[in-house]
Amino acid sequence: MKLRIVVLAKQVPDTRNVGKDAMTAEGTVNRAALPAIFNPEDLNALEQALRIKDQNPGSTVGILTMGPPRAGEIIRQGLYRGADEGWLLTDRKSAGADTLATSYFLAKGIEKIGNVDIVLGGRQAIDGDTAQVGPQVAQKLGLNQVTYAEEVLKVEDGKATIRRHIDGGVETVVAPLPVLITVNGSAAPARPCNVKRVMKYKYATCPMERKGDEPWSDLYETRPYLTLGQWSIADCGADYDQCGLAGSPTKVKAVQNIVFQAKESKTLTGSDADVESLVKELLDEKIIG
Amino acid sequence: MANYYTDHPEIEFHLNHPLMKRIVDLKERNYADKDNFDDAPVNYEDAIENYKRLLDITGDVAANIIEPNSESVDQEGPHLENGRMIYASKTFENLDATRKAGLWGISMPRRYNGLNIPNVVFSMASEIISAADAGFQNVWSLQSCIDTLYEFGSEEQRQKYIPRIAAGETMSMDLTEPDAGSDLQRVMLKATQDEDGTWRLNGVKRFITNGDSDIHLVLARSEEGTHDGRGLSMFIYDKQDGGVTVRHIENKLGIHGSPTCELVFKNAKAELCGDRKLGLIKYVMALMNGARLGIAAQSVGVEQEAYNEGLAYAKERAQFGKKIITFPAVYDMLSRMKAKLDAGRSLLYMTARYVDIYKALEDIARERKLTPEERKEMKQYSRLADAFTPLSKGMNSEYANQNAYDAISIHGGSGFIMEYKSQRLFRDARIFSIYEGTTQLQVVAAVRYITNGTYLNIMKEMLEEEVCDCMKPLKERIAKLVATYEEAIEKVKADANQDEHDFLARRLYDMTADIIMSLLIIADASKAPELFKKSANVYVRMAEEEVIGHAAYVKAFNADDLSSFVAEEAAETEVAE
Repeated sequence: MKLRIVVLAKQVPDTRNVGKDAMTAEGTVNRAALPAIFNPEDLNALEQALRIKDQNPGSTVGILTMGPPRAGEIIRQGLYRGADEGWLLTDRKSAGADTLATSYFLAKGIEKIGNVDIVLGGRQAIDGDTAQVGPQVAQKLGLNQVTYAEEVLKVEDGKATIRRHIDGGVETVVAPLPVLITVNGSAAPARPCNVKRVMKYKYATCPMERKGDEPWSDLYETRPYLTLGQWSIADCGADYDQCGLAGSPTKVKAVQNIVFQAKESKTLTGSDADVESLVKELLDEKIIG
Repeated sequence: MANYYTDHPEIEFHLNHPLMKRIVDLKERNYADKDNFDDAPVNYEDAIENYKRLLDITGDVAANIIEPNSESVDQEGPHLENGRMIYASKTFENLDATRKAGLWGISMPRRYNGLNIPNVVFSMASEIISAADAGFQNVWSLQSCIDTLYEFGSEEQRQKYIPRIAAGETMSMDLTEPDAGSDLQRVMLKATQDEDGTWRLNGVKRFITNGDSDIHLVLARSEEGTHDGRGLSMFIYDKQDGGVTVRHIENKLGIHGSPTCELVFKNAKAELCGDRKLGLIKYVMALMNGARLGIAAQSVGVEQEAYNEGLAYAKERAQFGKKIITFPAVYDMLSRMKAKLDAGRSLLYMTARYVDIYKALEDIARERKLTPEERKEMKQYSRLADAFTPLSKGMNSEYANQNAYDAISIHGGSGFIMEYKSQRLFRDARIFSIYEGTTQLQVVAAVRYITNGTYLNIMKEMLEEEVCDCMKPLKERIAKLVATYEEAIEKVKADANQDEHDFLARRLYDMTADIIMSLLIIADASKAPELFKKSANVYVRMAEEEVIGHAAYVKAFNADDLSSFVAEEAAETEVAE
């Protein structure tokens, strides 16, 4: 079965190796001091995508990322490992996006790609830690979603069989395509970059990444695969009001260091009573609202 | 993230050598591949960029997959199951990672799915993988057997086998037998032809590294009734054809990740590679030269890792209220380890560059007639490669042992404990100065270049080269050593006694290597003092210490003195033919 697979990947500051100057005096992340990396769980998602492709010859894997021009590096990293294509969603008006605005733009990008069978992404990004973007994209596109996946066991007859991580164990679920899957960090690590592919794609860039004076500029004329996809809000037919800062209801009030004190945890079920009591508690504690 | 390439900028330095331009131009034939292959470089800078990318990926796989697996591989080792060798479980992970990274068949032309990588870069990748796990380096670097198949096999054989190596199939060279170790002329494995011309192999091979590989190069006796090297031919055995089983896997001191097998050939179908009777005298010599450079690279990797282990421990460990790295006895050891590493690495890559130039010209000669200048160049570099290979293998394999020994010394009692890596490096390194020709045999290979003045001329040429002001005093000291060395050679030659000559050869060999590496390290320090100035200062002093000591030994030695050395029992021993 030939599948069209899209991996959602984000370029993030490497918050795992935080040095002294990682935060600015104002309490925001000093992005210049942290190396930009491929979000770790998105790499787990990419590996699952490539395995599905290995098992289903003729399938394609594309990388979809949103960010400034330098996020084109994420697409290259994907190509180096075995992806076939990639698109950068970039637009000055998409800056400052929260998870809602991000998932909107990504969903519009997926619509523009068209005929996507499987969307994979990491469970969450290490800079925001929300785990919201994947599920929100699924919701916006009306896709089935499976979260916390550890392995996509097989894709057959229009259905994906997925092993997912749950509290105290694992469960195996079957979901009809199209489906969006978020992948846990406990899944198989990404394969290494492939030397031949790196040699082929090392100069691949999105048009906005180029300064125009690269010594290899003339290669862009003769080797079309060196020009990566790049779409603006308008290219995707998206609504400016729902993108970037304008489309983001989340406003950061303050950032503070928290040391967790509680040693015990509560387990809640999905019953209406439990959900209601949780919402009430969160409102009372002024955590939401 | 750790990366065995980018963490050691000394490696990249060797990609900037002026000879690289000539190597790349010859290998890439005016960059003709660029119109047919997406991964081919468009110019020199692009080729160098490609090499750096390849090494970066190798450094990543080495540091983040192979090294973390190394302890488990060392403890588990391979095992035998129904006549087949099964690798340690994590070795399969290493193989999978190197295959996905595309690190197989990399020296081969692109038309066979290779990457057309020069020997210098292959050696660098080899060094990097060895630093992570010297045992796995064997399994991986034996892919270089394909160079010999490419050089001497038919076009049909190239097309059949090379793409399989590029896809990650493994190789071995089946040479040694129970009665044919260093003396390969005694190989007995029998090659006979069926009526239809099919070759069949029968017999036993012993001590075969990675012996249950996919594609074997086998040395066998094809000429019935012969007893020497001229009756031997080289064959290709494809595991898919069957006929070879593993009878035993050796339990070794070190390199546990590298299976050493005893093989039984029972009517195994094989293909003749190249011409009959040239197996040992031509093809195995080519194979061994490549393998020797591979061991030199393996050694440099362990020199580096032993230094890293010693350094890390010395920075961490405090005694008498101070970090032990501050004690002269400790930094004396560390500085010598680093100096041997830097000098040994420089020798390795100089050798690899010489090999690259003559091999590239040899390859061009398969397509067209070389010009007289090119033929002269090929001859010159071929001679240099022959002279440098035994120095590079012998010295680096000894240095790897010395560095591993010193790493344990720095660790004190902890170094003797199996939980620390130093003990593994020490066990792994021990074989380096034995296999692919012991150090004593490297001396035999080098000695004619000592007595015929080849090395002396190279030294004199190197002394003509300009160095920066800060290296001039060291250069003057080296010039004095060259004079001392020349006197020692003249003395041995004047004595004209073969036994004395053979007995003193090792000392002359050590002096040769010390001086050549001194000259290399001051040249490197002139170009990159920030990387090599300290090592140059340390190494040249070490060379003085050794050369002057050896010179005194040689000067005071006469053939009559041999009687004090030769064992009484030697007269009674005789080997039946």
